[in-house]
Amino acid sequence: MTGVGTQDSGDQPLLAASAISKRYGSLLANDAIDLAIRPGEIHALLGENGAGKSTLVKILYGLIAPDSGQIIWQGAPLVLSGPAEARHHGIAMVFQHFSLFDTLSVVENVALALPPEPVAALSERVYRVSREYGLDLEPGREVWRLSVGERQRIEIVRCLMQNPKLLILDEPTSVLSPTETSGLFRTLEAIRGEGRSVLYISHKLEEVRVLCRSATVLRHGRKVASCDPSRESAASLARMMVGEDIHDVQVKPHRGDGAERLGVRQLNLASPDPHGTSLVDVSFSVRAGEIVGIAGVAGNGQDELFSALSGEVSSLPETVCIDGQAVGAKGIVARRELGAAFIPEERLGHGAAPGFTLSENVLVSQHGKQGFVRRGVLDRAALRDCLAAIRQRFDVRAGEIDPPARALSGGNLQKFIVGRDIMGAPRLVIVAQPTWGVDAGAAAFLRQSLVDLAEQSGAVLVISQDLDELFELSDRIAVLSRGRLSPALPRGQQTRESIGLMMGEAMREVAHAPHA
Amino acid sequence: MRLTLERRTQAGMWASLASPILAVVLTLVFGALLFSLIGIPPLAALTVYFLSPLADLWALEELTVKAAPLILIALGLAPCYLSNNWNIGAEGQLVMGAVAGSAVAIATHGQGHGSYIVWLMLAAGVLGGAAYGLIPAVLKARFGVSEILTSLMLVYVADLLLDYLVRGPWRDPKGFNFPTSVSFGLEARLPGLSETGRLHPGFFLMLLAVALLAFMLARTLKGFEIRLVGEAPRAARFGGFDDKRLTLFVFALSGALAGLAGIIEVAGPIGNLQPTISPGYGFTAIIVAFLGRLNPFGILIAGFFLALTFIGGENAQIALRLPLDVTRVFQGLLLFFVLACDTLILYRLRVTREGAPA
Amino acid sequence: MMIFEAILLTIITAATPLLLAAIGEVVVERSGVLNLGVEGMMIMGAATGFAVAILTGSSLLGVMAGLFAGMAMSLLFAALVLGLAANQVASGLALTIFGLGLSGLVGFPFVGAKREAMAHLYLPYLSDLPFFGRVIFGQDPLVYIAFALALAVALIIGRTRAGLVLRAVGENHHSAHALGHNVRQVRLLAILFGGACAGLAGAYLSLVYTPFWTPGMTAGRGWIALAIVVFASWRAGRAVIGAYLFGGVSILQLHAQGFGLGVPAQALAALPYLTTIIVLFALSRLPRGSSRAPACLGQPFLPAR
Repeated sequence: MTGVGTQDSGDQPLLAASAISKRYGSLLANDAIDLAIRPGEIHALLGENGAGKSTLVKILYGLIAPDSGQIIWQGAPLVLSGPAEARHHGIAMVFQHFSLFDTLSVVENVALALPPEPVAALSERVYRVSREYGLDLEPGREVWRLSVGERQRIEIVRCLMQNPKLLILDEPTSVLSPTETSGLFRTLEAIRGEGRSVLYISHKLEEVRVLCRSATVLRHGRKVASCDPSRESAASLARMMVGEDIHDVQVKPHRGDGAERLGVRQLNLASPDPHGTSLVDVSFSVRAGEIVGIAGVAGNGQDELFSALSGEVSSLPETVCIDGQAVGAKGIVARRELGAAFIPEERLGHGAAPGFTLSENVLVSQHGKQGFVRRGVLDRAALRDCLAAIRQRFDVRAGEIDPPARALSGGNLQKFIVGRDIMGAPRLVIVAQPTWGVDAGAAAFLRQSLVDLAEQSGAVLVISQDLDELFELSDRIAVLSRGRLSPALPRGQQTRESIGLMMGEAMREVAHAPHA
Repeated sequence: MRLTLERRTQAGMWASLASPILAVVLTLVFGALLFSLIGIPPLAALTVYFLSPLADLWALEELTVKAAPLILIALGLAPCYLSNNWNIGAEGQLVMGAVAGSAVAIATHGQGHGSYIVWLMLAAGVLGGAAYGLIPAVLKARFGVSEILTSLMLVYVADLLLDYLVRGPWRDPKGFNFPTSVSFGLEARLPGLSETGRLHPGFFLMLLAVALLAFMLARTLKGFEIRLVGEAPRAARFGGFDDKRLTLFVFALSGALAGLAGIIEVAGPIGNLQPTISPGYGFTAIIVAFLGRLNPFGILIAGFFLALTFIGGENAQIALRLPLDVTRVFQGLLLFFVLACDTLILYRLRVTREGAPA
Repeated sequence: MMIFEAILLTIITAATPLLLAAIGEVVVERSGVLNLGVEGMMIMGAATGFAVAILTGSSLLGVMAGLFAGMAMSLLFAALVLGLAANQVASGLALTIFGLGLSGLVGFPFVGAKREAMAHLYLPYLSDLPFFGRVIFGQDPLVYIAFALALAVALIIGRTRAGLVLRAVGENHHSAHALGHNVRQVRLLAILFGGACAGLAGAYLSLVYTPFWTPGMTAGRGWIALAIVVFASWRAGRAVIGAYLFGGVSILQLHAQGFGLGVPAQALAALPYLTTIIVLFALSRLPRGSSRAPACLGQPFLPAR
């Protein structure tokens, strides 16, 4: 037991949730979950993507009403009508996707979370609190000018200024570089030292082992274990989280002596989004038979790079070449005709239309292929046949034969999208975040599909924030940081630390290094 | 107790059918309330509004005459609204179609041409409406100007142009100074198809358009593109569809159909160009499109229903001395209820107790 | 000198209803709601205001009635777009169609009725000053109210916490909700304020501008007010400029018709509408810095519970 300064409350938990349940349609997101957090501890909430962590913390923060279950707060039952009431009781939360207002200044963003107070005095307090916890912030800056790490600091400072008893952080490190992560850990230790509790949501085992002395593990919406992570191994925690042993992806060592399939040369592209990141002098290539990984923290130009490669945003003709043909000025359909396939990060709304059925969604990216459209008229039977083939080969599970995309779980929808776009054995695949928010079984399956594709001498480019995934899959890895790309070096020549460094600052030297 | 809306994963078939019917019923109930408020026996009033237009053959013919332009225009609006292009200026496109078509009739008046003139007029009407519809479309696609405001402003401009033409250069010199054009010759008129001469070929053109639009939206890649751009614009771009070109396409299509409706009105029932050639068909068609759930067959039915309110309104003016505005009140109410009931298709209403845990 | 004074005075009367309606819509759109029903709320304000003024003989009661009529209309809109998350564009259109019809019914008995325009301010000496006397010190009360409203709204949006919350709700309703702000309540209040302003603008038309009731007398002014909001980049202060620009155009074309310049009257009458299109087009060519629309404009908000 770590209970620093808890003699007054003894063993009474700060927060005890019992039998919390929440159902969304056919999905039981939370199934009778128990959770207890003691004063002055950093408690981990562990689980895979989709295990029900986010739903649970949204319930604790009053954003979602549970279908059943009870929350005991400092010994008394608590029914939350909304976030305002949660904050009133001393529960604060830092969101995974920040709840900030881009066009407002730092201090205005903080002011919105606090009772009214003069701006000048508040600016002063923001400055003081941010210094106290080592979270540098300029109160007058507009949020859209700030980096992702700085935005997170606003959220944390904003929470701390409410003097919370419990601070909830939802996957806080998923958007941080390794350096920023260790800064965050120091801050959290300082917060714990003041007797406040932290609920730390993560699926990253190493972090949790370093930071936390107690943990609750969720799987498929149920609580499956509680433990002291510092006494567990990463492997044992993984088993609790995933439940069954996941097949390792079969990767054969270095491939990629084939011809250049994708060539990117000095790609400069201003982001169409005024708050986005522009690409600066990006050059690299992907050869037949190899998998190249692009690492980087979100918001460093990944979306812009994907759009430029897919042709959703056009560039100068020579900057993007597929099989030696300059396609920079060509659209996505022309690039698909050259044998390229694209799989975007966002599944609902980008890769698939939520309200359309799966067979209609086949058409979204495959309408240029033979057999689906004849003289402008759709062949719905052919589409349904194609869907059946995808479902069988990629194990897409759904209640109906042809349900709308919205009705599928994240993993099944991703299997459908990947299947749709690689069924025709493309010569080049460009994929962003292939396993984001997907359960471990589906993730392994999807990674294996990409590896198999490379085995059959396809060229694969994976843009991912997940370093583990990149080390598992890639033959070569490059880092995208502030719109610049480092040289893609063989996996064996890189370590997590070297990549972590590049994800942070040291980009000036590598920007001028020779291109791979 | 609180009511919350929960998104359905799949639109219920029954809800898609029930919602417009429920909207009509609610409109009738509120209409009855409104009538009793202003001291008119509600049942008698509703009879005048919604049953008298069905009473005899003449009235039924009149119904088809009124329904044809409403349905034609709404058919064009459906692809616009499905793809998130808010064309609310169909009234102006109707007028410009009528003007363009009439230009042919007036230029060839009295020169002894054959009945091919009326076909030329229809073609000119289609082109005129489409060209006028392209103005807000180009402004939107090329320059990002809100099509809502521009398409509406162009209605006023079209009305004023028509006014200028019939009072100025196109006024009938033998027309006793009335602001109308010459009465079109037989070669420039749609032939009457019945004894009363009210039923005209425009009605069958409208039915043809219903079939074509239904086929396009349900079975072709173009129809798929239209629905995809509206449902998920980013997925449409990912699919390689050009939403700007689509904006031009749907505006041109809806302008063309509105223009066709306009020239059919002038070459059919009216017979010459006048300062006012439409009792607001272009605006009422917006309601038709929504009541028909943006589906061509739904629009066919909805068009007849709203045509009822036009004729009912005229009858009520005579029988009950009610202003024509009552028709608009009905139409506005109907659109309110259609939109309200549509929520029931997309969402499930759930009653939860405050703070929920049970 | 006299002609310029006369033109200036008529421009002020023409611009005031546009300004009132635009100020209201600035607040509505800043909260993230697009209410296209300004025309409908405005004409209900005109009909109701005139009817009550005739029945009671009081301009003040007429103005108040117009204001409440606009609010009542906006409440209908709020029920649809906030309560039922209906499409805002279509709901606004419904409001306009409904308002045009209902105003015809309300105003039906009063067609042809006449009454004196609302009294103007008269300050001894000041109002008698040459030229500026009447322009500055001799207007009807609503002219001053419109300016005061513009100033107040600009200050509230820019300088107060209420304004900050309003901007936050329009910028990112999910974040605002997560911070515990009641998105729908803020929007309801904004919509009601917009309705009150539009109703006031309508009452101004039938009690000061004309002053009598004719069906359809708003003649697209509600739509022009919407364009002014875009022109003003969603800022109350700039809405004053927009309202006077459009007011000026509509008055100058009337005077130009009077002069008989050989240009068809209809071409001049089309000027306000053409100006709207041209101004919107010109704005699109300017670099867009801080003049973006609120990020959540037109999007329905449904908190998951």
